[in-house]
Amino acid sequence: MAEEPQNNNAYWAANVRIILISLTIWASVSFGFGIILRPALMGISVGGADLGFWFAQQGSILTFLGLIFFYAWRMNKLDAEHGVEE
Amino acid sequence: MDQYTLNLLVVGATFALYIGIAIWARAGSTAEFYAAGQGVPPVMNGMATAADWMSAASFISMAGIIALAPAGGYTQSSFLMGWTGGYVLLALLLAPYLRKFGKFTVPEFVGDRFYSNGARVVAVICLIVISVTYVIGQMRGVGVTFARFLEVSTDTGLYIGAAIVFAYAVFGGMKGITYTQVAQYCVLIVAYTIPAIFISLQITGNFLPQLGLLGGYAPTGGDVAFLAKLDQVVTELGFTQYTSHTTSTLNMVFFTMSLMIGTAGLPHVIIRFFTVPKVSDARWSAGWALVFIALLYTVAPAVGSMARLNISTTFWPNAVEGNALDGEALSLEQINTNPELAWINTWKNTGLLNFEDKNGDGFIQYYNENNAGMQAIAAERGWTGNELTKIDNDMMVLANPEIAKLPGWVIALVAAGGLAAALSTAAGLLLAISSAISHDLIKGSINPNISEKGELLAARISMGFAILLATWLGLNPPGFAAQVVALAFGLAAATIFPVLMMGIFSKRVNKEGAIAGMLVGLIATAIYIFLFLGWFFIPGTAMLANTPDNWLFGISPASFGTVGAMLNFGTAYIVSGLTKAPPREVQDLVESIRVPKGAGAATGH
Repeated sequence: MAEEPQNNNAYWAANVRIILISLTIWASVSFGFGIILRPALMGISVGGADLGFWFAQQGSILTFLGLIFFYAWRMNKLDAEHGVEE
Repeated sequence: MDQYTLNLLVVGATFALYIGIAIWARAGSTAEFYAAGQGVPPVMNGMATAADWMSAASFISMAGIIALAPAGGYTQSSFLMGWTGGYVLLALLLAPYLRKFGKFTVPEFVGDRFYSNGARVVAVICLIVISVTYVIGQMRGVGVTFARFLEVSTDTGLYIGAAIVFAYAVFGGMKGITYTQVAQYCVLIVAYTIPAIFISLQITGNFLPQLGLLGGYAPTGGDVAFLAKLDQVVTELGFTQYTSHTTSTLNMVFFTMSLMIGTAGLPHVIIRFFTVPKVSDARWSAGWALVFIALLYTVAPAVGSMARLNISTTFWPNAVEGNALDGEALSLEQINTNPELAWINTWKNTGLLNFEDKNGDGFIQYYNENNAGMQAIAAERGWTGNELTKIDNDMMVLANPEIAKLPGWVIALVAAGGLAAALSTAAGLLLAISSAISHDLIKGSINPNISEKGELLAARISMGFAILLATWLGLNPPGFAAQVVALAFGLAAATIFPVLMMGIFSKRVNKEGAIAGMLVGLIATAIYIFLFLGWFFIPGTAMLANTPDNWLFGISPASFGTVGAMLNFGTAYIVSGLTKAPPREVQDLVESIRVPKGAGAATGH
């Protein structure tokens, strides 16, 4: 079992990388497109309002959903790759 | 059958269902009482989490809070992003690891990870302050909903609600609460969606309210976009444009962040993830929870904005085709004689809507009387102020079935839905409070040798006392109930979320760091809120006027949880760096919770 700690470290590093990528997307759609970058996206119209408004009221929620399911699916794969699944 | 009997029948049937579930799901062990025996499938747990999370305020008030905001509907998007974005943090940063840890309460994790009973007690204090402040609003919500639909006094409604919660929470514990919440979710989502579909069809011709928000305005053929029409009508009446950004960007970012990390730090939400069988289930379950929450949260802004446009065009009939002010306002005669408009008087009787013909011209002029341009027009036309003197936030949901001419059973269903939303959240909060008392204080500190049977009894007694306390607070609500919600989110953001995250993601943060961090986060956030809203919310003790000019960098008290969290993280890292690293076995514990393998059943010790 000597390699177990090493395997666990690699597993954790991979997990943290996936988390960081996911959180970058999480912040971009809400704080980015929905609030801070909204003025820059004013030109793109979505059904009577602009893209930033859509992200603030619907787009970010839909992206959050996608992110959680992506993370659950990706982590199940990662668990299996590293043999740490239950 | 009259509406009252119908309401009574539908609400009575749902209550019978909840009690039936409680008898079926009686808890026999502490594992069942605290964590439903870790046997709840992820989809079901997602539904229960959604019901737990969505309170009376989400169900009844949120649509109005967004649609009627004086600063415009866009600025309220913080609630939508904040209350859903928190689930991403839960799924990625907390839920799987806390499930792997496999104990029953949030303070228990804090106590074990930071090898200190002191840290555990600080966490219990934070948990109780957060949950008790939260539960007051829920108990009020139960009373108010009863009063509105079943014609009893608010106090009587509160007693009935408390008795129902008592029946299934004391006997069923987490197991009873979970399965009741699943039923309550079904009731509340059906009740919310049916009127929403009808108003969406009426205003935008779209079956799905989510698409309706982006669709065309149906009464004029759909060529004009709905949101453009709404912007046009509200600005014509002197209100802030619906889709424009009118507040400080920094404050909006901080407020959204406070709601997100506050959501992820609320103990009654976190403990729901202790009930699933496996670590991977905790991840899926957070996704399902958000699916069920999003069903309501994407409908709410649509329903609210459509109801607002509908009310505006009702009071300015000319606004449907052209400009509101080119025609006459709605006449009193119409209100009193047109059966289509009977709802206006119905809701005036409940006090949620009010109008007054101030200038006695027989018409009800609805406009923003604080807008300079409108004041000029009013002076010219002989208006003496806005005559639609009150539209309550709750109108946007409660009155929808009547405005859309839906049958009586839909109205009864909305009553049952509002009660389901309030009861399910109250039960979840009460469980978080009672398990902190019986498991963390009695078993953890006062009497560690208590038997399983003794602890189960202690848990039931604590639950009973928690319900009595909540009922008493519901009957005698502190005048500051609304401000307190800012405190609950701020504290969850500034204390619980950072300490849990550091406990999982850092092996270096030690007990000195964690305790110092929690205390700094707690005290800084509480002081900032008290400075603007009064010390311990006692009226007249606020030291600074609660206006953007006085706020530090323009950050409002409700947004300060983000700053509190930053202070907590900073303090914990600095203090940990100056003191010695956690012992070996604690570092091993952190290693073990990071890996799903070997989760097994939770243990109580």
